[in-house]
Amino acid sequence: MAEPMLKPPKIAISPVDWMRENLFSSWYNSLLTIVVGYLVVTSAWPLFSWLFFNATFLGEDSSDCTGTGACWLFISQRLNFFIYGFYPDDLQWRVDVMFLLLAVCFIPQFIERFPGRKWFGLFGLTGLPVIGYFLIPGGNFGLEEVQSSKWGGLMLTLILAYIGIIASLPIGILLALGRRSEMPIIRGICVVFIEVWRAVPLITVLFMASVMLPLFLPDGMNFEKLMRALIGITLWQSAYMAEVIRGGLQAIPRGQYEAADALGLGYWKKTGLIILPQALKMVIPGIVNTFISLFKDTTLVLIIGLFDILGTVQSTITDPAWQNVAIEGYVFVAFCFWVFCFGISRYSQNLERKLDTGHKT
Amino acid sequence: MKKQATDSVPAGPKPWYDPRVRSLFFQFIAIALVFWGGWTLVDNTLSNMQSRGISTGFGFLGETSGFGIIMSLVPYDSTMTYGRTFVVGLMNTLLVSAMGIVTATIIGFVVGVARLSSNWLVAKLALVYIEVIRNIPLLLQIFFWYFAVLGSLPSARQSLDVGGTFFLNNRGLYLPGPVTQDGFGLVWGAVIAAIVAVIGLRIWAKERQLATGAIFPTFRVGLAILVVVPVAGYFVAGAPLEWDLPELKGFNFGGGITIIPELAALWIALSLYTASFIAEIVRSGILSVSGGQTEAAKALGLPNGLTLRLVVIPQAMRVIIPPLTSQYLNLAKNSSLATAIGYPDLVAVFMGTTLNQTGQAVEVVAITMAVYLTISLSISLVMNIYNRAVAIKER
Amino acid sequence: MNNTKSIAVGAVMLCGVLAAPFASAATTLESVKEKGHLQCGVTSGLPGFSQPDDKGNWTGIDVDTCRAFAAAIFGDAQAVEFTPLTAKERFTALQSGEIDVLSRNTTWTLTRDASLGLNFTGTNYYDGQGFLINKDIGVNDATELDGATICIQAGTTTELNLSDYFRSKGMEYQPIVFDTSEQTVQGFAAGRCDVLTSDRSQLAALRSKLNDPSSAKILPNTISKEPLGPVVRQGDDQWFNIIKWVLYAQINAEELGVTSDNADDMLKSDNPSIQRLLGTDGDMGAKLGLPDDFGHKVIKQVGNYGEMYDRNVGPDTPLGLDRGVNALWTDGGVLYAPPLR
Repeated sequence: MAEPMLKPPKIAISPVDWMRENLFSSWYNSLLTIVVGYLVVTSAWPLFSWLFFNATFLGEDSSDCTGTGACWLFISQRLNFFIYGFYPDDLQWRVDVMFLLLAVCFIPQFIERFPGRKWFGLFGLTGLPVIGYFLIPGGNFGLEEVQSSKWGGLMLTLILAYIGIIASLPIGILLALGRRSEMPIIRGICVVFIEVWRAVPLITVLFMASVMLPLFLPDGMNFEKLMRALIGITLWQSAYMAEVIRGGLQAIPRGQYEAADALGLGYWKKTGLIILPQALKMVIPGIVNTFISLFKDTTLVLIIGLFDILGTVQSTITDPAWQNVAIEGYVFVAFCFWVFCFGISRYSQNLERKLDTGHKT
Repeated sequence: MKKQATDSVPAGPKPWYDPRVRSLFFQFIAIALVFWGGWTLVDNTLSNMQSRGISTGFGFLGETSGFGIIMSLVPYDSTMTYGRTFVVGLMNTLLVSAMGIVTATIIGFVVGVARLSSNWLVAKLALVYIEVIRNIPLLLQIFFWYFAVLGSLPSARQSLDVGGTFFLNNRGLYLPGPVTQDGFGLVWGAVIAAIVAVIGLRIWAKERQLATGAIFPTFRVGLAILVVVPVAGYFVAGAPLEWDLPELKGFNFGGGITIIPELAALWIALSLYTASFIAEIVRSGILSVSGGQTEAAKALGLPNGLTLRLVVIPQAMRVIIPPLTSQYLNLAKNSSLATAIGYPDLVAVFMGTTLNQTGQAVEVVAITMAVYLTISLSISLVMNIYNRAVAIKER
Repeated sequence: MNNTKSIAVGAVMLCGVLAAPFASAATTLESVKEKGHLQCGVTSGLPGFSQPDDKGNWTGIDVDTCRAFAAAIFGDAQAVEFTPLTAKERFTALQSGEIDVLSRNTTWTLTRDASLGLNFTGTNYYDGQGFLINKDIGVNDATELDGATICIQAGTTTELNLSDYFRSKGMEYQPIVFDTSEQTVQGFAAGRCDVLTSDRSQLAALRSKLNDPSSAKILPNTISKEPLGPVVRQGDDQWFNIIKWVLYAQINAEELGVTSDNADDMLKSDNPSIQRLLGTDGDMGAKLGLPDDFGHKVIKQVGNYGEMYDRNVGPDTPLGLDRGVNALWTDGGVLYAPPLR
């Protein structure tokens, strides 16, 4: 057997070639690289030294924060408050269990070959809220009751976002179907509902839910403050959800509807067995994206006096025991949100690429 | 045929199997439910308000407000009415929304294009900007720009000073304010004349191009006309403009134009946040134009600039406009977060202080929601008209 | 048809859900008793008045006032839950029935009494509006504040007083309006404003939150009267009387020398006033719809007015406020409770 005469061409390019290609391809690109590079280096260095090199990580209280950098001590000392709010110390295991279950349900979604990950996800959307409903507030099965006014921090943020999404999904589906309905009155009602909720800022919705809802209800009927915030968030979110799902419904080829009609399926069978399963699968990335924006928007509840993670930080940075920790507090919250949102958005982009089955019209 | 049908088939399908009857029936139920729900809600509210002795009606809008507002685009003081506070709040909301939309669009387009730059460093920097900013809650960013940046600015006495005309301190950014003198009308006349001239030039250039194929540098010449004519008019009229310079009076600077920190923080945060979404929209818009289009343009011998301007951007705009509209709507709605840092927008002034002083929550919240609904519908309408203009014209 | 039936069932259920709440209207006392606790609106954090620690335990004079109501109704000062409210939210929250009583350093004014559908039941702290200034601006009196930038909390009477004061003196000012008192301090500390204005009792507490409290001082001027007290909804006179008389009972107790320490001993007292207060004689409680020994429960568990004051805002607390005008009428103050008989 003859040896090949030539070795295959070298695929890996040298760093110099790479730089010539990508950084210094022309005189203005070179100039741009130098200017931008200079700016990045000069601003990144102080940032890193503030964040890490000069920062204080260990110690007891604010008097240990002597360095010129960040005082991360503040975060580690108050971390319990930022995560659990006022939730009693000895009962925090209940929240931890929920955190763990949440991780068990959703981390497999990021691992392509995890066996049965679909079922983990489905459990997360159905079983998990039920467990949480009994575990977090307590008051039954011998669990001590914890008033919702004691919930706070990261835990509250997650509860608001999670319940907001799960509760708005069925309402959103109904609204989307209603908007595509052939009955003009039902269509009109759905259009008005969706457009009105989408037009008003969440803050007015929350304000209305937090102080005015009892005015609309009959005497003697009332919900807790958290419950009212959740009702407001759910109604508001369901309008957005409806629009996302409508996008999926519209993307289903006409032939699918016609085929279902030809089989003699009624409206609900056609929708439930043929249309929705395809449409929902198609809009999973969209639903995940609305989850991200809802997750960020839950910070607004601090304006109506609920202590979410930003609320707990905001109320601690004015504590006289800790001086000048505002930036540390904000950076910490920003980091928490960033980790969640960036991770989830990566997941949704991945999914989008995989689900792109050429159905686009 | 007809006869046979009437003979053998008794009477078509039963009425409850008739889709039209069923559709009418369901719609009737739906409308009855909506009316009943709405009536219950209104009835509950009215009876609750009556039993609690809460005053109702819109009469409060004519009463004296009695509180001060830091910033207003229309004349306002505390002897004016609650109705006036509504106008002040509305104007401030519109101001910050408009400012935010302009800067967010500019930053968003620049970052979106930078994201596709052939320069690795620039493209990665744009990516980092987008991924960091859009994954952090806006409210947090507003707090950061307000409390964290404000705290690091100097006090009024130690202001940062550019040539005695621009001042920056923790009370805001102070700029010289133009004060027009007699004869400034001539300058306005010159501006209008310049605009008319440019439009005329464009029409002429286009006709000439259609006729002869020769291209006239409309953009450069037009820009020159827009600059030269008003400047000439300004000097002909005898430079009828004076600048009102800010100066330290008592505790604060007076005179000139002030951009208060609340406005600045909200503006920066809204612009940067929305820009990170617009950048992604712009990027996907440009990518949606297939490579064949660029190649075809190149084959026709169009230079790079013209390819971008005449081939890529018009097609990309069709993809960009609809999501861009919803970003503008989001920005307008997000401006209501002003209330968290004390910028006197509609929510802070009207749904905040006015509501609290009058106690008429239902009326005030209803008015506020109606305003946002109107703003949303107007932006949608304008963008829909524009969208129709750039949409593919099927011939 | 299967689906027609399911829709019909759904519609019926929806009607049921919407119709269920048409329960009969109960009095506030009945609904509070049914709930098993009192829902009390307080601030989201104001030292001395109502402040949560990081376990959610509330302290302060407004908090103790609510605990006294709970002690009177349930015989248990802990049977109360607190709803933190911003100044903006507070009246709407009370009007809408979210809370049973508002005890959130709220100033009693005619407008609030007459047009908000609310009733003020008394005064648990007599206050006045003052100014906290940054020492750098070199001002010793409020009349020198022309042109100043002033941090202020939204939805308060201070916002109106400030406007009146500056207009009557012919001076200008720029108001920076924040949602919470914490944010006003943050704004003041960041140098956004020269002056922070609030009720005088607050200024000392807010000053203690600054990085360098010695950089700020409180001006001697008091520009308004601010009688702060609990508020209830109009239209339930029984509830109004309960809230009114529990506070009066505490003031009377101080006048009679009954404290939480000697409340049990005083049960044996032969002073008829004390007997009526502690319920060993007469049916004062029953007239209000409360147990007759409500006075004893309140004093035993929460204390008289003086104890409540000293514990939360008095000279030995971080706020360090002297009784001043809040002393009993017998000591030169204005606290004068109608007789309990």
